[in-house]
Amino acid sequence: MAPVCISSAKPTHAPARPPPRRTDSWSRWLRHNFFQNAGSALMTALALWALFVTIPRLVRWAFVNAVWYTQNAADCHAAAGACWAIVPEKYRVMLFGTFPYEEHWRGVLVIVIVLGLSAISTIRRLWSYWLCVAWLVATAAVFALLLGGVFGLRPIGTHEWGGLPLTLVMFVGTVVGGIPAGILLALGRRSKMPAISALCVGFIEIVRGLPLVTVLFMASLMFPLFMPEGVTIDKFLRAQIAMTLFFAAYAAEVIRGGLQAIPRGQYEAADTVGLNYWQKMTRIILPQVMRIVLPSMMNEIIRAFKNTTFVGIIGLFDVLRATSTAIQDPVWVRYSIEAYLFIFILYFVLCFAMSKYSERVERDLAVGR
Amino acid sequence: MPGVETSASAQGPIVELRGVNKWFDDFHVLRDINLTVGRGEKVVICGPSGSGKSTVIRCINRLEEHQEGDIVVDNVELTGDIRRIDAVRRKVGMVFQSFNLFPHLSVMDNLTLGPTLAQGVPQQEAEQRAEELLRRVRIPDQARKFPGQLSGGQQQRVAIARALMLRPQVMLFDEPTSALDPEMIHEVLDVMTELAEAGMTMICVTHEMGFARKVADLVVFMDAGEVVEAAPPQQFFENPASERTRLFLSQILH
Repeated sequence: MAPVCISSAKPTHAPARPPPRRTDSWSRWLRHNFFQNAGSALMTALALWALFVTIPRLVRWAFVNAVWYTQNAADCHAAAGACWAIVPEKYRVMLFGTFPYEEHWRGVLVIVIVLGLSAISTIRRLWSYWLCVAWLVATAAVFALLLGGVFGLRPIGTHEWGGLPLTLVMFVGTVVGGIPAGILLALGRRSKMPAISALCVGFIEIVRGLPLVTVLFMASLMFPLFMPEGVTIDKFLRAQIAMTLFFAAYAAEVIRGGLQAIPRGQYEAADTVGLNYWQKMTRIILPQVMRIVLPSMMNEIIRAFKNTTFVGIIGLFDVLRATSTAIQDPVWVRYSIEAYLFIFILYFVLCFAMSKYSERVERDLAVGR
Repeated sequence: MPGVETSASAQGPIVELRGVNKWFDDFHVLRDINLTVGRGEKVVICGPSGSGKSTVIRCINRLEEHQEGDIVVDNVELTGDIRRIDAVRRKVGMVFQSFNLFPHLSVMDNLTLGPTLAQGVPQQEAEQRAEELLRRVRIPDQARKFPGQLSGGQQQRVAIARALMLRPQVMLFDEPTSALDPEMIHEVLDVMTELAEAGMTMICVTHEMGFARKVADLVVFMDAGEVVEAAPPQQFFENPASERTRLFLSQILH
């Protein structure tokens, strides 16, 4: 006898209805996340205790007993809390370093232009041909303001540049020059022409194998030895080129990862509709690659921003170096923690803004996929 | 079909493969292939997977390079010369199994990019041509959408329209319905049938034997890199000469 089939399905007619309401209450959330078992309850208790011990001290130091403004370091000495007064006292040296004091307004304008235009550029509605023009104009304005010598502005040598304007120019220059260079290196590495591919692989591997500090030292100390007598290249420019090439090598590897993620069919389809190599790359492949690599590229960009602090080692006065110089003042030297905290907040705000922006672009680009 | 031009006036074959051999490393994937396609004629290539049928048509527009033999497309012989490759690719449209639409571009941009960039067709004219072709493949309202928002059948019809944008002399189809859900296969085959009726020269790699029976002038059966049998559909399906063909047909026709 054949075995009886006990599988069955009952036809029904059920109209669509909304999903059942979630019944999570805050007490359940709390229990689930903090007191699931004895171990997690213990960890929660320990964490609460640690917060209870540290937070009031921190608040007392940073806010309650802090000195917010004074021109006399003795006032800070008398107080038990933080001496934030060092920031208003020293901010001009911290933010502008060796930039000539009476020309600081030019540095302020540079900061406003770069940060302002960067902020405007994050608004997608405004992305157009005009934004590119605006950046070109801004670049010209920034160099006119920093270098001087035009419109009756007093000339300032790059050796006098410093502080936040130097950091921002170095950073923007690194990224703007480094991404195209990285793209070319990544494409070159995948080239079928052995000489080009070997050159790109060699460059990337050498640069990746060196610490940034040594690259900067090479640019600042060794490079002049190779130049013929009498030929000098500006120190800022040498550092800028070193930073850019260093960034380009890392960007190239990020982009290569993206190139590998593009299916072969995309290349073939571009071939069959008649596009040549550069049309295929700029219209079909790279736009898709840039979407894929956006998170890791943003990671490299943020790292490049923090890497600008390395130029202090070869004697350029970026924000960090300017700050450590500012606090050499024996009257204020004991409040260096507060000065560094201020710089810490400055870097954090700028990096966090970049990170948030990249998150938003990722969301925007997900549309239509 | 408007927007599709064929030069039926010219005489002689439009695609000719003579003694074509190709290896993937040591694997001899195409063995001495001889294939002639006349203008306006439709050739269906079938065979088990790994038989080299896709490789044959991929050689015709140089997505794959052949090592021995001659491939001539509309009097242009395919060599390593990049100008000849470009010339051949302008005459040949290709439709892939996996559509290969550009996901970051709208349907309209997918269609117009080739003609505007490669042939210098003005944007407006290209868009007109695109709208016409989208009507022909029966998706006139989707021009502003992105490929990811379309069904598989719609995507493949966009891909056909894209291939027609360059006004090719020959259309190559590489298993155009194999990646589609069953209910979408016929909408793609209908478009292909219309194209065939309009006089387009077509070379199709497909397992759709109903399509082959209805449309093909010649059915080619390939196995293990060789052309085993080539015959008009009626003869091919009703009275195949080779045992391998009979076995293959019995497996796919149930």
